[in-house]
Amino acid sequence: MTIKFAGFDMYGLEALYTDEERMIRDTVRAFVDERVLPVIEKHNREATFPAQLVKPLGELGVFGATISGYECAGLNNVAYGLILQELERGDSGVRSFASVQSSLVMYPIHAFGSEAQKSKWLPRLAKGDAIGCFGLTEPDFGSNPGGMTTRAVKKAGRWVLNGTKRWITSGTIADVAVVWAKVEDGTVRGFLVEKGTRGYTAPEIKNKFSLRASVTSDLIFEDCEIPEENLLPKTEGLKNALMCLNQARYGIAWGAVGSMMACYDCALNYSKTRIQFDRPIGGFQLVQAKLAQMVTEIVKGQLLCLQLGRLKDQGKSNHVQVSIAKRNNVSWALEIARSARDILGASGIVDEYPIMRHMANLESVFTYEGTHDIHTLIIGEAVTGLPAYKG
Amino acid sequence: MKIVVCVKRVPDTTTQVKVGPDGTSLDAAGVTFANNPYDEYAVEEALKIKEKTGPGEVIVISVGPAEAAQILRNFLAMGADRAILLKETAPGRDNFGVASALAGEIKGLAPDIVLCGKQAVDDDGAQVGAIVARLLGMPVVNTVTKIELAAGKAVAHREIEGGHEVVEVSLPAAFTAQKGLNEPRFPSLKGIMAAKKKPFEEKPAPAAEPRLTVIKMEPPAKRPAGRILGKGVEAIPALVKALHDEAKVI
Ligand SMILES: Cc1cc2nc3c(=O)[nH]c(=O)nc-3n(C[C@H](O)[C@H](O)[C@H](O)COP(=O)(O)OP(=O)(O)OC[C@H]3O[C@@H](n4cnc5c(N)ncnc54)[C@H](O)[C@@H]3O)c2cc1C
Repeated sequence: MTIKFAGFDMYGLEALYTDEERMIRDTVRAFVDERVLPVIEKHNREATFPAQLVKPLGELGVFGATISGYECAGLNNVAYGLILQELERGDSGVRSFASVQSSLVMYPIHAFGSEAQKSKWLPRLAKGDAIGCFGLTEPDFGSNPGGMTTRAVKKAGRWVLNGTKRWITSGTIADVAVVWAKVEDGTVRGFLVEKGTRGYTAPEIKNKFSLRASVTSDLIFEDCEIPEENLLPKTEGLKNALMCLNQARYGIAWGAVGSMMACYDCALNYSKTRIQFDRPIGGFQLVQAKLAQMVTEIVKGQLLCLQLGRLKDQGKSNHVQVSIAKRNNVSWALEIARSARDILGASGIVDEYPIMRHMANLESVFTYEGTHDIHTLIIGEAVTGLPAYKG
Repeated sequence: MKIVVCVKRVPDTTTQVKVGPDGTSLDAAGVTFANNPYDEYAVEEALKIKEKTGPGEVIVISVGPAEAAQILRNFLAMGADRAILLKETAPGRDNFGVASALAGEIKGLAPDIVLCGKQAVDDDGAQVGAIVARLLGMPVVNTVTKIELAAGKAVAHREIEGGHEVVEVSLPAAFTAQKGLNEPRFPSLKGIMAAKKKPFEEKPAPAAEPRLTVIKMEPPAKRPAGRILGKGVEAIPALVKALHDEAKVI
């Protein structure tokens, strides 16, 4: 186990983590250095998902890491956040895979599923023997998922699904999809649809500029019949889907820190060795201003996540705090990626360096799991008491 | 099968080390420490043997400062069953002193197999495994790349200059691990959480008479600055001449 990324601790934050949290981070850090970084540019270039990493990540215990039992690791939320930070230091696509598997598939099965559903799926998903996806967004309903048109109708003891989900991470490769649909009275409920079910297809969306090492798909349901027991029994409205998103958004806030660290580290090293006007460009004040801003934002991002994780572990966090962390960290990650690209000059645009890949990936991260502006509105509503989503 | 693995805390191989003000030891300030990489092969092999041969115990043991506890915890997280830290009272113990402290403790454990890394990557002493084996009266096979067990015996493979050597020893025996022996596993995250509940013994390392004293430690001489001989194809003759006459590499 060799860690190549030196990391940095400008603000004494190491002391705020427990020994176990640090060991967990360092283990995933070494995994990313040894297994992810050597292959990621190739996967990104060829727009292929690094499927060979799924089993090893499962063996490590990354998936559903906060769940106790069902062969999951039973970690706290800070440790889980640090895992996602390291994965996204590798690639947002790999982190997206882990977020979906853990927060959007295992979490709802664990929180809203029957005992039979849990024991059937959670151990397999934890070990990476099965892959999951989460279908909420539709072609015509993104930021406003409550308008969804996918329907589930009960017929002779079975559910019949009709509708289309779009932009679904891991859709094509998933063994099980957590699908949100309206039942006859208009209530949104969650269903498990297994790969190979008649009337269910999941074609991949090709030609993405972003998250190229992650699979994104449509989920199409045409009179797709599933057994009655595939309903997630404890789902009773859109709020259950939003609870999943809250888990995932928390992880994304940490992941964004990892992306910031990767871009900053690359720009810092480059600035020390690139000579212009007879000196390293890191010696120029304008370059230092960029690096100083980056490192300051990284420390702030880490503190936002750490306190949120501690609150979450105490059961005291709320969705507005999650919005603050996701909104701030992802938008700064994007700024840092752009600024880092700038420091590398022309070299910044080739995939010999990871920066442009992070920058392009972050465009998706900025939009999914609640766009930047939707989080602005969530925070705005919290401070004014006035919801601004509609006209 | 009871297996004892000797492990050491060393500066991380990616860290920049400096000679300390005393001129005889490394300056620990700003240095990050890690598992000695060869010890990871040794622990992995011990875990593999235990998994194959059924009930048994893998004990990791280290002589080092209080901070070496972290290294032992890393190996517990990988899957070792318990750890023993023989705490040093003062730095600078020589290889024989380390080996005799280890052997003194291991004797009481009566293991079937003792595994060490082939060397520690900080002082490159490459002595401890052999001395421990000698003090325990065990045969030792150095730099092994494969170990196969049969009743009361072990067959070990070693890479040697230009070839491959296969030796047989009777157990108990000691082996030092070479790269290629196996692919060390990552500790699982569950394993990390379980590690803190595993038995961890700490006691002072018995005092040792130094037999060897480091009198000087120096960084390598600074490499002279590079020289540009010219540009493009025209520079090749000058380059060949310099490589032949000055560097004497061709
Ligand atoms: C790579 C990728 C992977 C994804 N994975 C998944 C997945 O696994 N599962 C899933 O269900 N979804 C997934 N999504 C979908 C994602 O969640 C949606 O893209 C997101 O919710 C935004 O929806 P939209 O793209 O339809 O944009 P829209 O909702 O159409 O938004 C377009 C623009 O309008 C703005 N806007 C919308 N409403 C308002 C308002 N009230 N006030 C002000 N501005 C507003 C938005 O901020 C945005 O700037 C993924 C998306 C991407 C890109």
